[in-house]
Amino acid sequence: MTNLRYDDTEEALRANLRAMLATHSPWTAVLARVAGTEEPYDRDLWDRLTGELGLGALAVPAELGGAGAGFREVAVVLEELGRAVAPVPYLGSVLATRALLSCDDPDLLGQLATENRGIALAVPFSAAPGVPVHPVAVWDGSALYGTVTTVADALAADLLLVPATDGLYVAQARAPGVAVAPVVSLDATRPLCDIVFAHAPARRIAGPDATARALTDALTAGAALLASEQVGVAQWCLDTTVGYLRERRQFGRPVGSFQALKHRLADVWVEITEARAVARYAADCLATGDPDTELAAALAQAHCAAVAVHAAQECVQLHGGIGFTWEHPAHLYLKRAKSAALAFGSADRHRSTVARLVDLPAPTPSVSG
Amino acid sequence: MSTDPGDRLPGLVAEFLRRHDPAGDRLGFLRARFDAGLAWVHYPVGSGGLAAPRHLQPLVDDEFARVGAPDNRPRRNGIGLGMVAPTLLRHGTTAQRDRLLRPLWTGEDIWCQLFSEPDAGSDLAGLTTRAVRDGGDWVVNGQKVWTSLAHRARWGILLARTATDVGKHQGITCFVCDMTAPGVQVRPLRQLTGEAEFNEVFLTDVRLPDDLRLGGVGEGWRVARTTLMNERVAIGGAPAPREGGLIGLVARTWRDRPELRTAGRHDELVRLWVRAEAARLAALRLRQQLATGEPGPEGSAVKLAFAELAQRISGFEVELLGEAGLRHDDWTMRRPAETDLLTRTATHRYLRARGNSIEGGSSEILRNIIAERVLGLPVEPRSDR
Repeated sequence: MTNLRYDDTEEALRANLRAMLATHSPWTAVLARVAGTEEPYDRDLWDRLTGELGLGALAVPAELGGAGAGFREVAVVLEELGRAVAPVPYLGSVLATRALLSCDDPDLLGQLATENRGIALAVPFSAAPGVPVHPVAVWDGSALYGTVTTVADALAADLLLVPATDGLYVAQARAPGVAVAPVVSLDATRPLCDIVFAHAPARRIAGPDATARALTDALTAGAALLASEQVGVAQWCLDTTVGYLRERRQFGRPVGSFQALKHRLADVWVEITEARAVARYAADCLATGDPDTELAAALAQAHCAAVAVHAAQECVQLHGGIGFTWEHPAHLYLKRAKSAALAFGSADRHRSTVARLVDLPAPTPSVSG
Repeated sequence: MSTDPGDRLPGLVAEFLRRHDPAGDRLGFLRARFDAGLAWVHYPVGSGGLAAPRHLQPLVDDEFARVGAPDNRPRRNGIGLGMVAPTLLRHGTTAQRDRLLRPLWTGEDIWCQLFSEPDAGSDLAGLTTRAVRDGGDWVVNGQKVWTSLAHRARWGILLARTATDVGKHQGITCFVCDMTAPGVQVRPLRQLTGEAEFNEVFLTDVRLPDDLRLGGVGEGWRVARTTLMNERVAIGGAPAPREGGLIGLVARTWRDRPELRTAGRHDELVRLWVRAEAARLAALRLRQQLATGEPGPEGSAVKLAFAELAQRISGFEVELLGEAGLRHDDWTMRRPAETDLLTRTATHRYLRARGNSIEGGSSEILRNIIAERVLGLPVEPRSDR
């Protein structure tokens, strides 16, 4: 039976990760990074997460040198990273790992797990599962040519997985012929980039059919797991707003004692309660290979994206003036939430998938006279 | 022999079925099932259970259902099974449990809940029904309202004020009310659907012996909270398969009648489907969490979401039907034994759903409970505590 709870292992992982993030990635540090001239990713934090906690290898099977944990644990990690808007390229590495699992490339997976190499799947962040991804490059017999825009977490990658016309290629991100250019991203804590391949050396690791399958699997996993990150974002926004409204006094009493505000926060809490169940369902389906995985992933993005955005918007609003400032971290969460709402396809696109999978057909267009 | 109750239970059920014919006397079978501890396996031995983990109950129910054994038709005694039984278990004396639980479980005794009053709905602790001690009895006077099943009930769980010189939450005592006692008068209360699921109950010099007091004198509010938390779980948390509720009816109409489809309705339908599935998964998750413990305020979330969703879906359904949405089936006053949502017209569902956000704690009160008890926000200043 589907298990929608967190088990003890997952809670232990959460506690470790939360403690590490509290020490090494407080929001003040994230804000300073976003505002300053430093590089977008926190390399020290990423090294700790991959080195000490082995996060990079969490979903890689144990026989290949990974942790062999699974996607339920990956979901818990994303929830905590979302809660901290941590600037680390974890989601991108999960996507690439899922693609490689489908391609059955044990060597590369083993390398990822043991050498902590950064890897990203070179597709637009808004690419949705179930929609054919256009090849982003052409292989001319000796090198790759092509362009792909708004790729998530490729800035920190050593390796790129590139869907080309005749299969999936792996390229060195810093090889001559590969130009990775950061774009000014809505969510600066998860920077995107445009990539141009102009005579880029690469190695083919899968044919066209396997590539299509790998992309679908990776994007489905992305949609399913992003829901947990969205729950983490929403939960932080709720907790922080509750904390503020308990302290902040206006009209001679704590603002949080006003019913109009309490009801808004109660609604956010109800939404998060539902979103958590949906996200756990998606993670559990993914982890167990449930036949409902495609539906669960679509459901997750049809529901959880809006919950995170709503929670973040309420966080800004209910903080009043301070919530609108750059110095308060609420905007980091708003940007993360809104940007994630477009990732792996919009809610509308996921509702279309739901409609198809559960047989709720759209109306047949009428012939106009 | 294994000590894991999960391993023992199938054997116990099989042994029970060897000794009791499921096709024989229905009541005799149910009483025997209770006495064998196979009614609520997580209840104590002697109270219908085996002190087994709560999550094993479905295993037992499924096995009895598989062989076609008679069931206790829980929905006909929903208040008794969903709310009163856990309250009796927690706050009742051994004598009360021995006397009341078995006929409650078998459905021989229907129960009602005498909490709400005309002037004390959402502000339940403002109730004014009085119980005054007179020797070994209590004499009760007052009026209750919104009492479902009172016209069939053998017993009612009653809140009455036993002290007025203390805070309003302290002066309340809980009783088991004998609905056949002189002075108990039940009148149907017809609601906007045309039917009368509910009643007004008038209590005039009703004498209740002290052994029908449930919990200590002045402890009634604590007792009531057990009942109310279980009520919210019972209302919102029933396990359902996908499309098991109102959304399933609408989805079927959509599939069967392509001529009703428009782009706008399609978008709305899929939005509702997604919300219904999210609410269903949340209820399922809550049940998985509750499998070992007592209901907490999380039940309020499920109840609140259920109420809003039922209203939106039923409203959508009436509009989807177009001209047929203008026709109702029957305004004759009925006295349904249970809320009949799935077999009547969409108009009935739409109208009945108006009550979902009022009964069992209005949505506004539930939001207050969530804000104060879950989120820990400060209470609004008030003058009646």
